[in-house]
Amino acid sequence: MTQRLNELRRSLLVSLWFMLLTFPIMVIRVNTITGTVRWRWTNLAVIGIGSFFISVVWRYAMQRKAGEAQAVGILSRVGERVGAGTKKIGAVLDIPKVRTRLVGGLLAAAVAYPFLNSMYHTNIMITALTYVVLGLGLNIIIGLGGMLHIGYAAFYAIGAYSYALLNMYFGINFWLALPIGAALAGLFSLLIGLPQLFGIDMRLQQTTVFVYFIMLAVVILTIFVVHRLENSRIGRQWVAMKEDYIACQAMGVSIAKAKLTALGIGAIWGGLVGVIFAARTTFINPASFTVWESVIILSTVVLGGMGSIPGVFVGALVLMLLPEYLRPFAQYRMLIFGALLVTMMVFRPSGFIKKRRKAYTITEAERQSVIKAELEDDGEVEE
Amino acid sequence: MNYFTEVVLSGLTRGSIYALIALGYTMVYGIIELINFAHGEIYMIGAFTALILASVLTIFGFNTIAILFLAGIIAIVYSSMYGYTMEKVAYKPIRNSQRLSALISAIGMSMFLQNYVRIAQTSDFLPFPRIIPRFPWLSALPVSMSSSQFMIFSSTAVVMVLLTLLIKFTKIGKSMRAASQDKIMAKLLGVNVNKVISLTFIIGSATAALGGILISSYTGQINFYIGFLAGIKAFVAAVLGGIGSIPGAVLGSFVLGLTESFGAGYISSDYEDVFAFIILAVILIVKPAGILGKGQIEKV
Amino acid sequence: MKRKISRKLLFALLVLAGVALVFAGCAGDEQEIAIGVAGAHSGDLASYGLPSVNAAQLVADQYNENGGVMGRQVRLIVEDDVCQPEIAVNTAAKLVGDDVAGVIGHICSGATRAALGTYVGSEIPVISPSATSPSLTQDGQHPNFFRTIASDDAQARLQVDFVINELGLSQVAVLHDQGDYGRGLAEFARDFIEEESSVEVVMFDGVTPGAVDYSAVINRVAQSGAEVIIYGGYHPEASRLVGQMRDRDMETLLVSGDGVMDDTFIRVAGEAAEGVYATSPMDTSTSAIAIEAAELHRERYGEEPGAFFLNAYAATQALLNAIDVAESTEYADVTAALRNNSVETPLGPISFDERGDATGVGFSMYQVQNGTYVELGN
Repeated sequence: MTQRLNELRRSLLVSLWFMLLTFPIMVIRVNTITGTVRWRWTNLAVIGIGSFFISVVWRYAMQRKAGEAQAVGILSRVGERVGAGTKKIGAVLDIPKVRTRLVGGLLAAAVAYPFLNSMYHTNIMITALTYVVLGLGLNIIIGLGGMLHIGYAAFYAIGAYSYALLNMYFGINFWLALPIGAALAGLFSLLIGLPQLFGIDMRLQQTTVFVYFIMLAVVILTIFVVHRLENSRIGRQWVAMKEDYIACQAMGVSIAKAKLTALGIGAIWGGLVGVIFAARTTFINPASFTVWESVIILSTVVLGGMGSIPGVFVGALVLMLLPEYLRPFAQYRMLIFGALLVTMMVFRPSGFIKKRRKAYTITEAERQSVIKAELEDDGEVEE
Repeated sequence: MNYFTEVVLSGLTRGSIYALIALGYTMVYGIIELINFAHGEIYMIGAFTALILASVLTIFGFNTIAILFLAGIIAIVYSSMYGYTMEKVAYKPIRNSQRLSALISAIGMSMFLQNYVRIAQTSDFLPFPRIIPRFPWLSALPVSMSSSQFMIFSSTAVVMVLLTLLIKFTKIGKSMRAASQDKIMAKLLGVNVNKVISLTFIIGSATAALGGILISSYTGQINFYIGFLAGIKAFVAAVLGGIGSIPGAVLGSFVLGLTESFGAGYISSDYEDVFAFIILAVILIVKPAGILGKGQIEKV
Repeated sequence: MKRKISRKLLFALLVLAGVALVFAGCAGDEQEIAIGVAGAHSGDLASYGLPSVNAAQLVADQYNENGGVMGRQVRLIVEDDVCQPEIAVNTAAKLVGDDVAGVIGHICSGATRAALGTYVGSEIPVISPSATSPSLTQDGQHPNFFRTIASDDAQARLQVDFVINELGLSQVAVLHDQGDYGRGLAEFARDFIEEESSVEVVMFDGVTPGAVDYSAVINRVAQSGAEVIIYGGYHPEASRLVGQMRDRDMETLLVSGDGVMDDTFIRVAGEAAEGVYATSPMDTSTSAIAIEAAELHRERYGEEPGAFFLNAYAATQALLNAIDVAESTEYADVTAALRNNSVETPLGPISFDERGDATGVGFSMYQVQNGTYVELGN
C-alpha cells in the first residue's frame, strides 16, 4: 500500500515538474503588437493532469518491461488479455491455409479497389502505396542492414528528377544505359509512357486506375524481391552485420561490400518510386524532397516494425491514410509522430508488427534421433 | 578594409555561431555516443523562452538591463531543464539497447519539441529584439564588426575556455572523462554515471540556449524551425572536427564557416551548402574520424 | 473442391463489401451547383489560402440569398492542399470526384500546376486568385486556367522600370531565395535589365533560406558596387538581408515583390524595413465594391480580410457570373462566358483574355513609410 502511495506521490511530482517546465511556452502568449499577455491557465491544468496520468501509465509500463510487473489492478489484466489475444491471432495466421486465403482476399480487394471507389480514394491509395515501396526500400538499409539513413528522400528525388529531366529534354528517354537509378527510371518511365507511345487516349479516370495498377504491381514486386532477398545469402549477411559487426567480419563477410549492396539495393526502390511520383504529379520541385520526407519514410519503417515486411506495409498504410481521412488531425500529425517514435523506442522497439526471424525448433523426438545417429556414427569409428 | 578580411570575418562569425551549438552535440556524443538530434530544438526553445520572458517583462515595465539578465538567465535555466528531462524520458531507458534505437528516439524528440512550440506558440516568424546594445568603441577598430558579431565571438571564446577548464581541472570534469572512457569501470570507482550524464546534458543545453539567444538577437527573427536548420549545420561541423572532441567541434565549426564564407564570397552563395558538404566529404574520406577525432580501436 | 472455391470467393467478396462500405461516399444534391475552393488552409502558408475561402463564401452567400445561380443554390467544397504539389493532385481528384462546376484556386503556383493536369482532363474551369507563375497561362497547355492576378513577369517589369525611371540607378544586384517563385522573378528581372542599355546587373546570386548568417552575400553586394538590390523571395529572408545590411550601415536600396509585401515583414525587420520597396497588386481597396466586400468580411468574421481576399472575391464573382450568363455549367459555355463577359469586381471591371490572364489587373509599387506600406502614386 505504501508502495502504491509512493508511486502516486512520484507521479504527482512529475506532473508538477512538467507544469513548471512547460509554463512559459504553454501558458504565456504575448501579442507584441498590442502589448498584451494572454495567460492560458487551462493549458497548465491540461498539462498537469495529462502528465500525471501519463506518468502513472509510463511507470507501470516500465515495470512491466523490466519484468517485475506484479498483478496490479485492471491494467495488467487488460495487458494479459491483449497479449493472449495477439498470440492467438498470430497462431491462426500461421496456418498456411488461412494465410493463402488472407493474401488472396487482400489481393482481390486491392484489384477491385479502384473500381469500387472514387478517383479521390484511388489517388490517396496510390500515395499510400508509394510510401509502402519507399518504406520497404528503406527497410533494406535500416531494418536489415542496421544503418541509419536520413537522406532517403534523396534517392526518391534522383528518380523523380532523372525522369523529369529526361522526359523534358529527350522526350521519351533513350538514355537507358545510365547507372542503376536511371536504368530503372527509364524502365518505369516507359511503362508510364505506354499510353503515349501507342497513342492510346486515356481519360483522367483511366489514367488514375492505370497508375494505381502500376503502383500495385510495383508493391507486389517489391514485396517479392525483398522477401527473397531477406532469405538469401546477402540478406543473411546484412542481418549478421546488423547484429554483430565484428563477429560478422570474423565469419568472412566483407562489411564494406555488404553495406554497399544494402545501400544500393535499398536506393533502387527510392529511385523507382520517384519516377512514378514525377510522372503522376507532372510537377516537381526540391520542396517535395526535404529531410522531413526522409523522416516520414523512416517513421513508417520504425513504427511498422523494422525488418518486417507486413510491419512496414501496415506502418505506411496507417501513417499515410490516417492523416488523409482525419484532416483536422493533420496539425498534430508531426507532434504525434514524434511522441510515438520515442515511446515506440522505449517500450516496443520492434514496432507494430515484430519481425519474426526464421527459427527452427527441435522437437524431443528429433533430438533423440540425432543423438542416436551420432552414437551410431561414433560406434562405427570405433570399429 | 579590403574584401578578403571581410570574407574572413564573416566566416569567423558563422564559425562562432556553429561552434556554440556544436559544443553541445560533441559533449553528449563524447559521453554516451548518441547523436542528439534534438539538440537544435533546445537551442530554439532557449531563444523562444527568452523572447517570451523579455516581452512579458517589457510589458510589466522593467528596465532594459534587468530584462536582459532576467530573460537570459531564466531561459538558460529552462533550456537546461528541458535537456535534463529529455535525457530522462527519451534516452535513459534505452541506454543499453541498440544505438539505432537511441537515434530514432532522438529524431522523435526533435519532431515532438518542434511541433510542441509550433502549436503552443505560433508558426509565424517573430521579431527577436536586438538585445545587444551598440558598442560605440567598435567603430574605432580597423574592421567593421557589429556589436552582435563581437558578442558572439567573445561568448564562443569564453564558453570554450570555461568548458576546457571544467573538463581538465575539476572533479566533475574528471568523472566526465572517466565515464566517457569506460562507464562500467567508472561506476566501479564510485563515479555516479547517471549524474554525470545528466550534468552533460544540462551543460550542453545551457550553451545551446546561450547560442540561441545571441544568434537570434543577431538574425533578428525566430520561428519554431530555426533549431533544426542550425542544428544540422552544427552537427556537420562537429563531425568535421571529430565528434566527441571539444576543440575539434570548435575547429570544425571554423573550417565550415570559412569554407562557406569563401565559397559564397568568391564563387556563388547559391552553392554554399554544396561547398560545406564537399569539404565534409573530403575530410571524412581522408580522415574518417574527423580532423581531431581519434580513430576507434575495435574491441573484440 | 467446389466448396472450397466458393468459400474463398465468399471471403473475398466479404472483404470487398467491407472496403466498399467504408468508402461509400454520399451523393451530392443534384439541385446544387458545387464550386471547389482549393489552396493552403493549414500549415505555414495558411495565411495566404484562408482568406480566399472567406471570400468565396461571402460571394456564394450573396448569390444564394438572391435566389442562387440559374435558380440553383451554390455549395462550396473546401479542400486543403497545404501548397504541396503531391497533395494538390489528391485535392484536385477529390474535387473532380465531387463533380464541381469550377474551382477557385489553387493558391501556390507549384500546387496549381500539379493540380491543373487533373482539371484539364476533366474539363473543369479553374480561377486562381494568387498563382503568379507566368508559364501557367503562357505555355498554352491549360485552356481551362484563368487568374485574377497579374503574372510575375509583369511584376519584374515594373521593378526594373521603377529602378530605371523613378530611382534613376544603374548598378543592380539581383538576388533570389532559390525557390520557384523567387528565382523565377529574379530571372525575369535580370533578363529585362539585360535588354536595357542604361542599367547593368552587377551581381546575380541566390541566398540560402534558413542559413544563420547572410554577411557573406552582403559582402559581395557591397563589393559589387550595387546601388540597389532586386530581390525575389519571401519576407523571412528579405528581413534578414535588409536587417544585416542596415546593421553594417549599408544604404543599398531593396526592391522586392509581393512575397515581401506582408505586414510580418515590417514587424520582423522593424526599423530596417523603412524605405524598402515592394511591388504588389494595385490597391483597389478604396473602390466601392471593395469597401463593401471588406465590410461584409468584418461583419461576418470579425476581422480584417487577409491576403488575396479581393482577388478571390473577384474570381468567385467572375465564375458565378459566367455560369449565370451562360445558363449552363458545361465547360465550353462557362469558359466562353468568362472570356467574353466583363464583370464588376473589387479589382475593377475584369474579363479574361485568350490565355486566361485577367485584363485590367496590374501591379503598383509600394514603399514602407513609418511602419506601413504606402502605395506610390503613378
